[in-house]
Amino acid sequence: MRDVAVVGATMLKFGRYPDKDVVTLASEAAIGAIKDAGCSIKDVEIVVSGNLYQSNAMIGQRVMKEIGATGVPVINVANACATGSTAFREAWMAVASGAYDVAMAVGSEQMGKMGLLGADGASREYSTEGVMGTGLMPGVFGQAGVEHMRKYGTTQEQFAKVAVKNHKHSVNNPYAQYQIETPLEDVLNARPIAWPNTLYMCCPTGDGAAAAVLMSAEKAKQFTQNPVWVAASVLTSDPYTPRNPTMFDINTLTRNASTEAYQKAGIGPEDLDMVELHDCFATAELLHYENLQLCGEGEAGRMIDEGATYVGGKIPVNASGGLLSKGHPLGATGVANIVEIVWHLRGEAGARQVEGAKTGLAHVIGLGSACTIHVLKK
Amino acid sequence: MAQEAATTAEKKPNPIVPFMKLPEKYPNEPAYLWGVVCKSCNAKYLGARTACGNCGSTGPFEETRFGDEGEIYSFAVVHQTVPGLEAPYVAAIVDLDDGVSVRANVYGLDISKPGPEWFGKRVKMFTEKVRVDREGNDIIAAKFKVTDGK
Repeated sequence: MRDVAVVGATMLKFGRYPDKDVVTLASEAAIGAIKDAGCSIKDVEIVVSGNLYQSNAMIGQRVMKEIGATGVPVINVANACATGSTAFREAWMAVASGAYDVAMAVGSEQMGKMGLLGADGASREYSTEGVMGTGLMPGVFGQAGVEHMRKYGTTQEQFAKVAVKNHKHSVNNPYAQYQIETPLEDVLNARPIAWPNTLYMCCPTGDGAAAAVLMSAEKAKQFTQNPVWVAASVLTSDPYTPRNPTMFDINTLTRNASTEAYQKAGIGPEDLDMVELHDCFATAELLHYENLQLCGEGEAGRMIDEGATYVGGKIPVNASGGLLSKGHPLGATGVANIVEIVWHLRGEAGARQVEGAKTGLAHVIGLGSACTIHVLKK
Repeated sequence: MAQEAATTAEKKPNPIVPFMKLPEKYPNEPAYLWGVVCKSCNAKYLGARTACGNCGSTGPFEETRFGDEGEIYSFAVVHQTVPGLEAPYVAAIVDLDDGVSVRANVYGLDISKPGPEWFGKRVKMFTEKVRVDREGNDIIAAKFKVTDGK
């Protein structure tokens, strides 16, 4: 595999765009990434579009019709919440394999006020939702957090501290859907959604788009003095564990992915300067501290108690505010958290900059399940 | 009239999931959960399988009837759900004594005080009509109640 550089990266502020359609959002992000790369749409040799809810609507081709129908190959991918990062990985593979020199990944989603994901399916007459447990995300991630309570004595307050941290970080991120600080008391007293997660411990749905332009080392030299390198790109699915899929296992595939990513990048977790991980719910973030090997088994609660994952702490996690604040337009999310790392490694992250960041990790998990990890280096 | 009577006669309770069976004499004979065991690796599954997700074996599988008791492994208290459904409720993962896990509503807990003391609570299955389908058949779900060994 060849070295691949991220040369262009951009995202739109996540939020609600009722006056724009998803192709417009994706096109704006794509144009932004191309401008950021300093190249033209005519330099792009392959395009991968990530969009989940409209994955059958040829979003990638419609974007190209909008911004430059050059006739290059276009692929539309869907992979649950890991849709955007899977699109990025397909673009990476296209260049790393030697087949193409310039690839673009565009992630987009328009969710509006969709509310609880999957809730529409739960209205079927033979749906088990609410009568035989739950398959909706707040409950599923609640159960995953409660399993951690069972194993290690983790408390609701420790999970709530994740929301406190991420919402505090969001205040410095103009791209976040919400930039509102939430003290611990507010988080714990907020409306319960699925105990132990309250409203402020659940990510909002919304609209958004993000894009990245990837190039071979030789090509990148023509466009930038400041490339960010993809040191590892990993995608896993969940191996057999006895309770899955009755109870989704978000841990095993993330552990497998992190082990593979560190090995491929030739680094250990101690070498990371920052992490953007998939905090779709506050409970998930603590589990992933252990899954990504940022701390030992059962130590995640202590890690948040000590404040180690704040910007300025031992290993800043979700300096962007995370999905909890930034929002989670499914197809855009995985590209956006790579964009966030790229901006920090370039020193362009403004008030939330992790000073001197040279190596970062972007993690996404989509249930069903798909886990991506990208390690990026200056 | 004759036609109406025939339609009524054809109506029957249906299990909400394929891994639950209702005996001919239900509800006089209790409903139960069933599944298969992979003869190669002993992995247990709710319902039928095309092949084994653990070892890849395409069979043989042994059909088995699971007992109706188990314990709470994990849970969430769901407060916000789909319109028309009751909330809050306890959405648990129940580990059956026979070695499989099932998603379940669990009753008999103080819903205002979720906590670690719920882990390992003994539960027993019961069945309940939850709604009626388009053809007028009762839809039957499996639910669990806390027994605490009683």
